Amino acid sequence: MTRQTSIRTDGSAMTFSARKAIRSLALILGVGLGIVAADVQRAGAAEQEHPPRMSWSFWGPLGHYDAGQLQRGLKIYREVCSSCHALSMVAFRNLADEGGLTYSEDQAKTIAAEYQVKDPQPNDKGEFPERPGRLSDYFPSPFPNEEAARAANGGAYPPDFSTLAKARTYERGFPWFLIDIFGQYQEQGQDYIHALLTGYQEPEHGEKPLRPGLHYNKYFPGHWIAMGKPISDGQVDYTDGTPTTVEQYSKDVAAFMTWAAEPHLAARKQMGLKVMFFLIVFAGLLFYVKKSVWSDVKVRTA
Amino acid sequence: MQGHSTYRPTGGVAKWLEDRLPIVGLVHSSAVAYPVPRNLNYLWTFGGILTFMLVAQILTGVVLVMHYVPDATKAFESVEKIMRDVNYGWLLRYLHANGASMFFIAVYIHMFRGMYYGSYKAPREVLWILGVIIFLLMMATAFMGYVLPWGQMSFWGATVITNLFSAIPIVGPSIVTWLWGGFSVDDATLKHFFSLHYLLPFVIAGVVGLHIWALHHVGQNNPDGVEIKDIRKDTVPFTPYATLKDGVGLVFFLIFFAYFVFYIPNYLGHADNYIKANPLVTPAHIVPEWYFLPFYAILRAIPSKLGGVIAMFGAIAVLFVLPWLDRSKVRSAKYRPLFKQFFWVFVAVAVLLGWLGSKPPEGVYVTLSRLATAYYFIHFLVILPLLGTFEKTKPLPASIADSVLGSSYGGAHAAAAAAPETRG
Repeated sequence: MTRQTSIRTDGSAMTFSARKAIRSLALILGVGLGIVAADVQRAGAAEQEHPPRMSWSFWGPLGHYDAGQLQRGLKIYREVCSSCHALSMVAFRNLADEGGLTYSEDQAKTIAAEYQVKDPQPNDKGEFPERPGRLSDYFPSPFPNEEAARAANGGAYPPDFSTLAKARTYERGFPWFLIDIFGQYQEQGQDYIHALLTGYQEPEHGEKPLRPGLHYNKYFPGHWIAMGKPISDGQVDYTDGTPTTVEQYSKDVAAFMTWAAEPHLAARKQMGLKVMFFLIVFAGLLFYVKKSVWSDVKVRTA
Repeated sequence: MQGHSTYRPTGGVAKWLEDRLPIVGLVHSSAVAYPVPRNLNYLWTFGGILTFMLVAQILTGVVLVMHYVPDATKAFESVEKIMRDVNYGWLLRYLHANGASMFFIAVYIHMFRGMYYGSYKAPREVLWILGVIIFLLMMATAFMGYVLPWGQMSFWGATVITNLFSAIPIVGPSIVTWLWGGFSVDDATLKHFFSLHYLLPFVIAGVVGLHIWALHHVGQNNPDGVEIKDIRKDTVPFTPYATLKDGVGLVFFLIFFAYFVFYIPNYLGHADNYIKANPLVTPAHIVPEWYFLPFYAILRAIPSKLGGVIAMFGAIAVLFVLPWLDRSKVRSAKYRPLFKQFFWVFVAVAVLLGWLGSKPPEGVYVTLSRLATAYYFIHFLVILPLLGTFEKTKPLPASIADSVLGSSYGGAHAAAAAAPETRG
């Protein structure tokens, strides 16, 4: 306890023990994380393969959807995915929403009319007749319920696309999960979907599936996925000159699924910019008001 | 500390009202004239921030309830409907979901601040205990709120946590059935939780009232931990001084809050909760919300179910007796060199427990969880009582004014003032 006598003012005493505290803290954290990191690396070998990070138009503070990309994604969904995957929470009217696919109302009506929809209201005979879709209708699902979907797909359930982009992720691990706060990385699901669609390959080391009807995928957790390679190069025609490759299809359909799961993303980020600007200016003004009010405190009591 | 109100009604109507219900005088004495220690730092703004968050959660929650359907077959879809079709529904829902996390960030800072500066010591024991009760109520409210969207993590989180009560001998299984309203987590459970999730915030508001009442009765602690000696020299009036400082703290906190809501609204949630609850499919890892992770790690660190439950609840129960475990007469860590180091080690262990709670209970994670859990309890049950006896504390300033204006001011008799506090 001799150091207390050698340190006179609070200020230097605080920095001294604060430094010591930080040193012991760093030591504990360092040892702890060292042990853990070693273990994580061992465990990591068996874990899920990390998808490559892609660049998305909807990333970041100025993020927004690329309408052309969403329209291409819808085309892929309609021609390929919709035979198994539902899109039950998206209505045809949403196709004309601002910040999304930005189709005109007439275009959305035309797309709706291409579907046969079971009317949600009974007619005067008490039947639910099929009729061409309207703007207020939702995308009809390929199967009436989960059991029917499983029965038709070898026991596997093709998930609904409505929230799927937000329902998939992969483990980022330390320290990335902290860095992601500042990097605004929210596209783990999209990166995973893109990686999954491009990740079909021959099994490594000639592995065999646990049961027949499973397919090897580099990025699927456990590698064996019920869905066969869903799309091949040139399968869907693009009219805007975009390359018709699996790589491009994967990005476009993942973007479309993002919109389906988060239709107000653009509005959210635009509002965020205004809110942040207001709050930062307000905080600055308030801080200087506070400072000037407090500046007389010392004088008042001395 | 409430003191006499300096409020003097001037108008006829104001006088008439003040004679019948002195409400304006009450507000004036507790929010305008109330004396605040002049040395409070920005950590003292978190009380105001928490009050704001409680009100914000209630307001956004009340609007969400107008659109939410508490039914196991429709809850998930109704939340999605809010996100898609309700005007600014996405904003309300993200504010409410992230608001819960912000509430906990603020409450943890508030609690650690109380620990660092010894704010729980006499005469503030009841103030502290009321705070721990609020913390418990917050945990119950947040847990039940997370069940309401009826996603996979809602469902399985509810299953795991409610099952904990089955560890209680004899009555455990009956309690679980009673909580569930049936024999599994189902529609009845969702409706129970919905009802209680709406009720508990108002209970919290009531206890917050008591918390503030107790605070205004005993007065605020401060970074030096010495009591107010001279109101004129040691304090400033709440308005404008504390009001403005709280305002600055709140707006900076709102910037942090808004960043999450507008740019990374799903960062603090789980991807699995965007999958509708399915009792037949168990998620690979069932993980509670981040703010429960330290307690979840403690729960899993103990190899017996009942033992884990006792340890988990014990980790919170020990907070109730904290004022009697810390026997040092010096409040602030500023004057407790050893306690200060142990405090930061404790913070590191709490953070480590949180991280361990998010990891699968296997291998080295289990070992680390056990060590950290042991240290958590050792900190409260061994280190704090011993420090009170053996720690040599530093001399306290004679008064708050002294510490702010330097020891030359007013002639400090620091050694004399500190003498009763050094007992080793």
